[in-house]
Amino acid sequence: MTTQTTESTGAPANKDNAPKGLIGLPENVGRALATIGGALTVVSTFLAWTWTSAFPGDLTVYGYPGGLQVLVLIGGALTTLFGLASYGVKGLRWLAPAGADGAIKLAATGTFATTWYTVIAISDELGGVVNLEPGGYIAAAVTLAAFLGAFSLPFERPEDEPVDEDATVGERIGHIWRHIVALLKSAVFTPTPAPARKLPAYAEILVIVAAMAVGLTVFTYGIGTEYDELFVGFLITVGFLFAAFSKAGLVARVSAITGRHSTITMSGAFIAAALFPFTQSNDQYATIGVYILIFATVALGLNIVVGLAGLLDLGYVAFLGVGAYTAAMVSGSPSSPFDLHLPFWLSALLGAAVAMVFGVLIGAPTLRLRGDYLAIVTLGFGEIFRITVLNMDGTSGPDITNGSNGISSIPNLDILGFDFGLEHSILGFTIGRFANYFLLMLLITLIVVVVFKRSSDSRIGRAWIAIREDETAALAMGINGFRVKLIAFALGASLAGLAGAVQAHVTYTVTPEQYQFAHVVPPNSAFLLAAVVLGGMGTIAGPLVGAALLYLIPAKLQFLGDYQLFAFGVTLVLLMRFRPEGLIPNRRRQLEFHEEAEAPAVLSKTGV
Amino acid sequence: MTDTTTVTGTTVLDARGVTMRFGGLTAVRNVDLQVNSGEIVGLIGPNGAGKTTFFNCLTGLYIPTEGEVRYKGNVLPPKSFKVTAAGIARTFQNIRLFANMTVLENVLVGRHTRTKEGLWSALLRGPGFHKAEAASRERAMELLEFVGLANKAEHLARNLPYGEQRKLEIARALASEPGLLLLDEPTAGMNPQETRATEELVFAIRDKGIAVLVIEHDMRFIFNLCDRVAVLVQGEKLVEGDSATVQGDERVVAAYLGEPFEGTPGDEEVAEVEAAEAGTPSDATPGKENDR
Repeated sequence: MTTQTTESTGAPANKDNAPKGLIGLPENVGRALATIGGALTVVSTFLAWTWTSAFPGDLTVYGYPGGLQVLVLIGGALTTLFGLASYGVKGLRWLAPAGADGAIKLAATGTFATTWYTVIAISDELGGVVNLEPGGYIAAAVTLAAFLGAFSLPFERPEDEPVDEDATVGERIGHIWRHIVALLKSAVFTPTPAPARKLPAYAEILVIVAAMAVGLTVFTYGIGTEYDELFVGFLITVGFLFAAFSKAGLVARVSAITGRHSTITMSGAFIAAALFPFTQSNDQYATIGVYILIFATVALGLNIVVGLAGLLDLGYVAFLGVGAYTAAMVSGSPSSPFDLHLPFWLSALLGAAVAMVFGVLIGAPTLRLRGDYLAIVTLGFGEIFRITVLNMDGTSGPDITNGSNGISSIPNLDILGFDFGLEHSILGFTIGRFANYFLLMLLITLIVVVVFKRSSDSRIGRAWIAIREDETAALAMGINGFRVKLIAFALGASLAGLAGAVQAHVTYTVTPEQYQFAHVVPPNSAFLLAAVVLGGMGTIAGPLVGAALLYLIPAKLQFLGDYQLFAFGVTLVLLMRFRPEGLIPNRRRQLEFHEEAEAPAVLSKTGV
Repeated sequence: MTDTTTVTGTTVLDARGVTMRFGGLTAVRNVDLQVNSGEIVGLIGPNGAGKTTFFNCLTGLYIPTEGEVRYKGNVLPPKSFKVTAAGIARTFQNIRLFANMTVLENVLVGRHTRTKEGLWSALLRGPGFHKAEAASRERAMELLEFVGLANKAEHLARNLPYGEQRKLEIARALASEPGLLLLDEPTAGMNPQETRATEELVFAIRDKGIAVLVIEHDMRFIFNLCDRVAVLVQGEKLVEGDSATVQGDERVVAAYLGEPFEGTPGDEEVAEVEAAEAGTPSDATPGKENDR
């Protein structure tokens, strides 16, 4: 019927293994059902789903989708587009360079899940299915149809390994579980797409701009979600649609293009971020922005230690604390033991330098250890830092850090007469306190990005990667492993100290509680490491994206209460199970984790 | 081929009385070995004879319990990266490339000891950095050209076929500009054509003025290649000499095959093997490959 179908069905298969879908509908019916179901979903979002505006988002209006309906609309539209692309419709093939079948399944699942979540939430919150208008029933029905249609598309089934006769119950369950996972994986499997032909430079830059615009829109929509149901729906939709685009091969295409124009992508991202405070009428989002930047910058610093040099550091937040405490003590705060008020540039340098000294002090004895031992020692150091600071309160120890009260009333920065605590009017835009710090922090992030990029693509960066890959061979190549690891450790520590110097001023107060191993609020060592792993080890964009997500998701999921950390843990486990290389994988790492995948023969850029 | 004994120059490597003990086990006992410049020396012995342990003693991975190793007159430092800086480079018995780096990057890592650019230079990116980086790349490409991998410079090391991974390991070792190259079973797992190519490569390395010490099980390879062969048995050096001497030595044969008893059924086979091995160097028929 189409190129894709012939590809998937044309493979000679034996009788048991003949490609067929999970649902027993014929392929052409399934494909049509998915495509038409997607289109009808779009239509259904223009109907009223419930009769009262008691459910947030106002789903009662005909002809105007609101709240969760918008998400369903987007999901339905993409299902249809992927469906049409699978028919080989001209002008849509670019949507799915790796084949659309896997993408249809994921997009339909996402739409189905969001719709049914909405319908169930309406019935649950308003007390029964009677609260649904016909539009709600229609939406539920057509998304189910699209879902069933999508999963009757054929795929190559994995080979089932026979069960051992005398297997225990646990082993049998494990076997069934493995089989289900393998089945689902192959249901959405798509082959690696052929490398794209090069577009003219201006077109590639347009693609980058478009991708960034989509990313920013999705991101700001996520920040702006006003009620919990919408945010849950947002997570479901975005998660599945991202997976769909990923399976369709579009993510790989775009990242190949951004890889070719890394400087343009980077400057574009920074310009967009710098313009962000000017688009805001108040300081609300700039506050979130500055905390995300602090978190992201520290995560990027940790990525040098973990991602490049391969040293697992579980106490990294302590270096942020060292920087923050150093800057706080020389800031002129009344609760500081030193009566000093240094200019910012000096206190920032001092924060970085003191953190580096601590990095060397901790690193020198511990970096002779490898792997797990290093992780345990750094975990210990992180706690030692917190407890020491807690005890230096004048009763349990010398009076330096003011104990659990911390150093408070840290004055706002004043650089060349520009007071960071006041609102300023720049070109007619009002820039508040947090927006000031946002712009300063962005500068620090830029510094860290440049440091990461330059150090990774140099003699020392290659030595780090070599150590990570095979320490014995690296030593035999003349690399002084200890020295090189110590440099990575000290550099990472000083970058965290630099970020800490700004953080102290943003938060007014530094207390030991801000620098724990695990805590609900980032940054803490566990979240920092999670941001690096979630985003993608050894990349620049990875920790930035990972930190933004890890900051926003817990902040938005506060209604989960005590289950917040539990949900966080489950998410991480699932992510590591299905995407161990992170959201934005380093191409090297991706190869390490997916041995079976066909590796691209050529890796043109250092893994950035 | 073996008669092309080049002018033996100064002593490059001088190991005297090297002994390596692990607890109660003596893996290497009182071994002396000299390698002169412009020489290819072979080290053979049955499995477990202590060849690789001896190698590790020469490269600073192990510190010999007794005895000393001198390189160009200086005692070797006890750290493997310092040994490489001093001028001894090695390859590994089981290939240890940086699998997820490109071919070119692997060789650039090998340049580590011969370049100096530190972190500051990398961060500030002055003209000196770009110059050094360009020079390193050029030198690395020359080496890839030399081993015949220049067209695969941007490939991931793990994607290379086995034989080319061996070649890359040699190129990476050469990048540190050694005066002595230690090869630990460079032809293990290779087919006869690849072995032949490796042989040519080792001669080319020798012609660059680099002394080579090679461990190998492939007897034909060793006897074709080496100016001198030392036999290590149970941690001790049994014989040392040119190919003919070593091949003719009964103790070597005994070490590999066991002592022949009078009148035992195995006797005939021993004689047969001896005859075959004696005939090997002159025997160039490609069909009759060495089966080790």
